[in-house]
Amino acid sequence: MMEAQKYVWEGAIPLQIHLHESEVTTLPPPLPALILAPRIGYLPLLIPHIKPHFNSTLPPGVDTVWFEYKGLPLKWYIPTGVLFDLLCVEPERPWNLTVHFRGYPGNILIPCEGEDSVKWSFINSLKEASYIINGNCKNVMNMSQPDQVELWHSVFNAGNLEAYLKVSSKLKLGTAGHEYSANLNSGSFVSRQSTGDTDATGQVKTGRVPVRLYVWGVSEDFDDLEDAPQIDSWDKISYINRPVEIHGEEGKCFTLLDAVKSLLPEHFQYKSLTNEESSKEEGEDEQKVPSEEGGENLSEDVESCYPSDNAEVKLVRIQGIEPKLEIPFSWVVHNLMNPEHFLHICVCLKVSQVKIPSDG
Amino acid sequence: MDISSWDGTISLAEFHVAARALVEKWKRVSSASPPWSWVSCPKQPWVASHEVSVEGYLSLENIILVSIKEEHDELLSFPQKEETSCSDKEESIDIATLVQSQSDRDEICYYDLHIVYSASYRVPVLYFRVYYSDGEPLEFEDIKKHLPAHSAKTLLDSKWTFITQEEHPYLKRPWYKLHPCGTGEWMKLLFQGDVSLARNGAAIEVYLISWLSFVGQVVGLRIPYEMLNQL
Repeated sequence: MMEAQKYVWEGAIPLQIHLHESEVTTLPPPLPALILAPRIGYLPLLIPHIKPHFNSTLPPGVDTVWFEYKGLPLKWYIPTGVLFDLLCVEPERPWNLTVHFRGYPGNILIPCEGEDSVKWSFINSLKEASYIINGNCKNVMNMSQPDQVELWHSVFNAGNLEAYLKVSSKLKLGTAGHEYSANLNSGSFVSRQSTGDTDATGQVKTGRVPVRLYVWGVSEDFDDLEDAPQIDSWDKISYINRPVEIHGEEGKCFTLLDAVKSLLPEHFQYKSLTNEESSKEEGEDEQKVPSEEGGENLSEDVESCYPSDNAEVKLVRIQGIEPKLEIPFSWVVHNLMNPEHFLHICVCLKVSQVKIPSDG
Repeated sequence: MDISSWDGTISLAEFHVAARALVEKWKRVSSASPPWSWVSCPKQPWVASHEVSVEGYLSLENIILVSIKEEHDELLSFPQKEETSCSDKEESIDIATLVQSQSDRDEICYYDLHIVYSASYRVPVLYFRVYYSDGEPLEFEDIKKHLPAHSAKTLLDSKWTFITQEEHPYLKRPWYKLHPCGTGEWMKLLFQGDVSLARNGAAIEVYLISWLSFVGQVVGLRIPYEMLNQL
C-alpha cells in the first residue's frame, strides 16, 4: 500500500514553459524553460525556478505571475497533477504551458502572493478535510509551528513522504471505512507513530471522505481521447466540493463508481442509505426555495426529478491513472489522495441529449 | 431538534428551510430594504437551471453598508497607505461627482452578499464583494478601510484564516469569503445560551437569521432588530 502512495509523491509532469510573446522584449526570444513539476505541487511554487530563465527579457513592471494552457488561465490552487489530468485529456509530454509575468487576470483567478498564498490555501484545505473527517479542525489549528513548517516543507519539496507521514499522522485524519489502514501503519517507519492512527481508526465517527470532483460533460461519444473536445473555459467544468458519505453496508463494497455517482445525483439514481426521514412532495420547476417539507430530503427530491440514469461515466482519472471503477473506494482514497487529505477526481461524463424531464 | 446533543451544523435540506425562513421574515420585517432572494443555479452547465432547484444560494445585492463614524476613527489608528487609487477614480469617473464625498474614504460603495452552503463544514458561508457605483471592484486594501474596526483588527491578526479571496462556488469568480471553520461551534453555543431558542422546536427556521446577526457584523450588515425580536 505504501508503494502506491510513494508513486503519487514521486509523480511529476515534465513541463515546457513558454514566455508569452507579448512579454518578450529581446531577440532572439528566450527558449522555453523545461522543468519537472511534482504532481502534488502547485504551479506558483515553480516561479523561483523559472524566473531567472526569463528575467532578462521581461518588460519593465511588477511581477504578477500566472500560467495558461491554450488560452485557459490555470487556477494555481489546484494541484499541478490535477490540472494536467483534467485539461490535458490526451496527455502530452512535455506539457506545453505559457507563463505570464504581467497582466494578471484578476477577474478569473484568485490573486496569488507567492508561496504564502499557496501554503495557506493548502492549510485551509487541510483544515476543511479535518473538519469533514473529524467534525472539527482542532488538530490542524493546534499544530505546533515547527510541525506546520515541516508539513508544508514536505509538500513544498514534494517527495519527502517520510517527513510528511511523520507530521500528518499527528493530525489523526484516518478516514472512514478503511480496512487498508492497518497495512499502511505496518510500514516500517510509520509504525512508531501508528498508535494514534490506529486509535483514530477505531474512533471514526462519520463516513465522510474529503473529495474534490472536477466534471466535464460531453454530449457526443468519442472513441479516442485525441478526439475529445478541448476544455477552453472553466465554465465547462463543474467543480463539486462535497464529501462522499460512505454508508457501510454489510457484505457490500462501496466502489469508486458508487462514490462518483453519489456526488452526481442529477445524473444517477444513487440509493442513499441514510435513515433521514423523508416526505416527498412538490417538485415545481420555478420553486425558488424548497419549502420546509420539500427540503427535508434532497436526494429523494432529485431522484424524483430524474427517473433513470441519464449520463455515462466515460472516464475517471486520479493521479494520472484511470482506475477500474469497481475497485473499493477506500483503497482509492488511501492511496491516491493528495497531501491535504483530499481525493481529487477528474470525471468525463457523457450526458445524453434527451431532454431531461423536470418533474417526476 | 435536541439542542444539548446538537453540534451546531445543519444539513443541506435544513439550509433550504432556514433560507426560506430568512427570505420571508426579511421581507415581512424590513420591507423597505432590498430583499434577500434565492438564486437557483445548477452546478453543471449542461443541466438547465429550471431542472434542478436544489442547487443555489441566497443573495442580497447592491446594498450600501454605512460604517459607523467612531469605527472609522478607530480604523484610522491603523497604518494606512494614502488613498491614491480612490482619488484617481474620482477624477476619471463622472458619476463620482454625484457622490457627496468629504474624503475618498467616504465614497459610496456597494456590497453583494451571498450565503452559500458548505457541504464540508455543514454550515452557511458568507461570500461578498464590494464595488464602486461604476462597478469597479474595490481592492482588498480599500475594502479593509470600509470594514468595521473589529473586523479590520481580526484581519490583521489572522490574515489567512478570517477573510480570504476564494472562488465563488457557483459563479466561479474570485469573491471574498468568511472562513467557516468555527461556525458550527459558535452556533451551538449561541443556541445553547438562549433559553427560548433551546426550547423552540423550530430552531432550524431561525438558524440563518441568528447566524446572519453575527456574521453580518463582520461586514457591517445590521439585522433589523425585529428580525431577532420575533424569533
